[in-house]
Amino acid sequence: MKFTQPVDSNLFDDAKVVGKPMQRIDGPLKVTGTAPYAYERNDAAPDALYGYPLGAAIGHGRITRMDAEAARSAPGVRAVVTTLEIDPLEKGINNVARLFGGAEVQHYHQAIAVVVADTFEQARAASALIEVDYEEGTPADLDLDAAFERMQGTGEPDTLVGDVEAAFRDAPHVIDQMYHTPAESHTMMEPHASTVDWSDGEDMTVWTSNQMINVNLKSIAATFGIDRERIRVESPYVGGGFGSKLWLRADAVLAALGSRAAGVPVKLALPRPMVMNNTTHRSATVQRIRLAARADGHLTGIWHEAAAYCLPGGRGENPTAQTPIFYAGDTRRVKNHVVDMPLPETADMRAPGEASGLMALEIAMDEMAEALDMDPVQFRIINDTQVDPANPDIPFSDRHFVECLERGAEAFGWSKRNTTPGEQRDGDWLIGHGVAGAYRGALVLPSGARAILDGGKLIIETDMTDIGTGSYTILAQTAAETMGMDVADVEMRLANSAFPASSGSGGQFGAPSSASGVYAACMALRDKIAGNLGIEDASFNGGRVTGGDTDMALSEINEEVSTEDAIQWGDFQKDYAMGTFGAHFVEVGVHAYTGETRVRRMLAVCDAGRIINPITARSQVIGGMVMGVGAALSEDMALDRGRGFFANHDMANYEVAVHADIPEQEVIFLDTLDGVATPLKAKGVGELGLCGVAAAIANGLYNATGIRVRDYPLTMDKFIDRLPAI
Amino acid sequence: MSPPIDFKLRRRTLLAGTAAAAAFASVPRGEAAAQTQSKPAGPETTTVTLNVNGEARKLTVDNRTTLLDALREHLKLTGTKKGCDHGQCGACTCTVNGERINSCLSLAVMHDGDEVQTIEGIGQPESMDPMQAAFVEHDGFQCGYCTPGQIQSARKVIEEIRAGIPSHVTGDLTAEIAITDAEIRERMSGNICRCGAYANILAAITQVAEESA
Repeated sequence: MKFTQPVDSNLFDDAKVVGKPMQRIDGPLKVTGTAPYAYERNDAAPDALYGYPLGAAIGHGRITRMDAEAARSAPGVRAVVTTLEIDPLEKGINNVARLFGGAEVQHYHQAIAVVVADTFEQARAASALIEVDYEEGTPADLDLDAAFERMQGTGEPDTLVGDVEAAFRDAPHVIDQMYHTPAESHTMMEPHASTVDWSDGEDMTVWTSNQMINVNLKSIAATFGIDRERIRVESPYVGGGFGSKLWLRADAVLAALGSRAAGVPVKLALPRPMVMNNTTHRSATVQRIRLAARADGHLTGIWHEAAAYCLPGGRGENPTAQTPIFYAGDTRRVKNHVVDMPLPETADMRAPGEASGLMALEIAMDEMAEALDMDPVQFRIINDTQVDPANPDIPFSDRHFVECLERGAEAFGWSKRNTTPGEQRDGDWLIGHGVAGAYRGALVLPSGARAILDGGKLIIETDMTDIGTGSYTILAQTAAETMGMDVADVEMRLANSAFPASSGSGGQFGAPSSASGVYAACMALRDKIAGNLGIEDASFNGGRVTGGDTDMALSEINEEVSTEDAIQWGDFQKDYAMGTFGAHFVEVGVHAYTGETRVRRMLAVCDAGRIINPITARSQVIGGMVMGVGAALSEDMALDRGRGFFANHDMANYEVAVHADIPEQEVIFLDTLDGVATPLKAKGVGELGLCGVAAAIANGLYNATGIRVRDYPLTMDKFIDRLPAI
Repeated sequence: MSPPIDFKLRRRTLLAGTAAAAAFASVPRGEAAAQTQSKPAGPETTTVTLNVNGEARKLTVDNRTTLLDALREHLKLTGTKKGCDHGQCGACTCTVNGERINSCLSLAVMHDGDEVQTIEGIGQPESMDPMQAAFVEHDGFQCGYCTPGQIQSARKVIEEIRAGIPSHVTGDLTAEIAITDAEIRERMSGNICRCGAYANILAAITQVAEESA
């Protein structure tokens, strides 16, 4: 099915299942521990042996010698493969660092050996017996601030509209500040893990934890130089991803090499202390933001220049992603610099770009509102735009940012807040309120599915993954709605490369894309059923197909009917800017004596088109808000600039938000519909919930204390000396 | 109080100077390793009986095997999850003799004769325990990987509060402890949920506490 024009009205406008709250159909499996994750495939590979990895112990350089004899002769060891024994493997899609092979060490904890043994304890102990000699690389300058200073003003702007210099010269109100966001780690609960059967070196089966099955399949094929037809990849349950499991990682590669070497299926999970430096993370950013405004609040200039790092050839992080499009403004200059650094790989983490960009931009907006002596909600409303500011002929497909701000302000009681910083107390706590805007693009990707009607049951097969996002449930709802059937009669089969390729999960494109793909497959199934029965204008309702003289239950169709289709996206979408919008409101308490900051209340208002399932969508949003609390207050990968690795590489030292950090949370979904975005008029929402949260907290901290902290996380050491006198 | 670090270092230095270390130097590395393996100082495995979910399970485990791996790898009870293997995340929470522990921080050999309950012993998909059902009802999870540990802790948190065991946020230590949001959040904070389902987990626990009051 090609989506060639904006959808006017369709069956989803009269929905019985889509848009209604529905508990997760995979819930009972998850709460009873019976959903099998990648390391637990006793159903499929009960005899898998244990793989254990070894990571490089230097930041970058070369390995000059490896001696694995002691490991090979250790008890229970079946095989050892060292990186010196094989040529560098081809890289998979979007891999920047090599995953295995060769003498070069590109980053700390890069995988350099795998041990296979009869037991986990034996494999782990043997890996420690491998001797490695290194030649360390030339010390690298890992100072991102210094890099920004060097690069500032260089290169062609990514976006340039009007005479920015003149706008800043002439504006009555200008702010110009530097902002810092730290490196962040996905820290999903399930470490990267794979069970691989490549026992005979021929066909390969990979039970893994991955967000995009088809990409993973292609990457494995490229890595090992084998035909895709000989590989099967399955990932029915994924213990969190947040971007860390988008691309092929070392767990699957090592398990495959170990399986081939030992001639048995092998399972391997990255030890938690290895995850941070072996895999990927969100780059730290340095951002300079300048805003110019007239006295009436109208922005006349937006100037955003930033820097992030990555390994050579990588994409780094683009914190200016939202700046060309989020707010109106007469002139604009936007530039992001990506600096090569020999550090662990930077890649996509939840809302790449916007998450760290809005951490800075939304503080800057707060600062300008204050300079204008204007309500920050009102200031944002004044600068709303319904078109792409750089290309005014391109309208937004559907944008209700102003409504998000207004609804949120009303629901939160914004008008009742104290507007003079540092003037509201609750016992020992200074109380503040903050707001921030949220924006995240609404990307969609081609997505396929197979729909099978068999004895009154509908089976949906697609390689789409459910990484906690609710795919099982929302795709079942979409299928049931399209076929006019009960959800209980739909069986979902996901995340298997034997099924049609989907969008996969990432970039908040998963739900809108894969649901559209399932819709396409089900519409094809409707056509086929109608054609088989010779019905024109068939309708599907209540588990029955009717039309002409026919009125029969789908369960009466004896023969299995199967169709496969995919959603393809027409060029007409390029005539629109597509995005999702929101507003975050928070109340924070800052301890007047210690500077301890606690979030006391949170509200998100989201404009993301039709919400397919309010339960799972709300969980996505509150989960994003929780991640935003961590980003604001505690998450910070500590870089050892001398040694070139992140020192706090476990879950004790990299501090994500816990139960005690999270207060009452409220989510309001605007009842919006975007017929340009998808046939369901739905857009993604999983990343929107994170975007802007940290800045709302920073703005609340300012309102509480009168101290502007522009360097995340907002830890007490950064402002305790400036707290108001007690 | 633990001995100072330099004390430990001296002990190791002393060991390195013994005849055994000298023997290491005189033979190739591989042979030295093989030699040490052939003469273990004591047994490297132990046979224990764990009473898991009411059933006696006799196991011979490597002395290094954690309770978590005994459950997951020996008994194939994979509902108890390994998130960090270092007692940092809480995904491996199960109960031993009625108390919740991080099973990754405990060796199986320490639990001969102990009563262990895993998530599999609490309920099955078609016969869920009230806490499991409440988690489904309130969407107290997303990816599901921390969930068995959250449920184990959740059940015990209610019991611990009712047993009068104080927490960091308990005010009056002599009064009966009320089951408040703050008490639940504090006591659940050893169980990390990166998907961020905390508010929904709190709702699930609160409902179960109220229904069982």
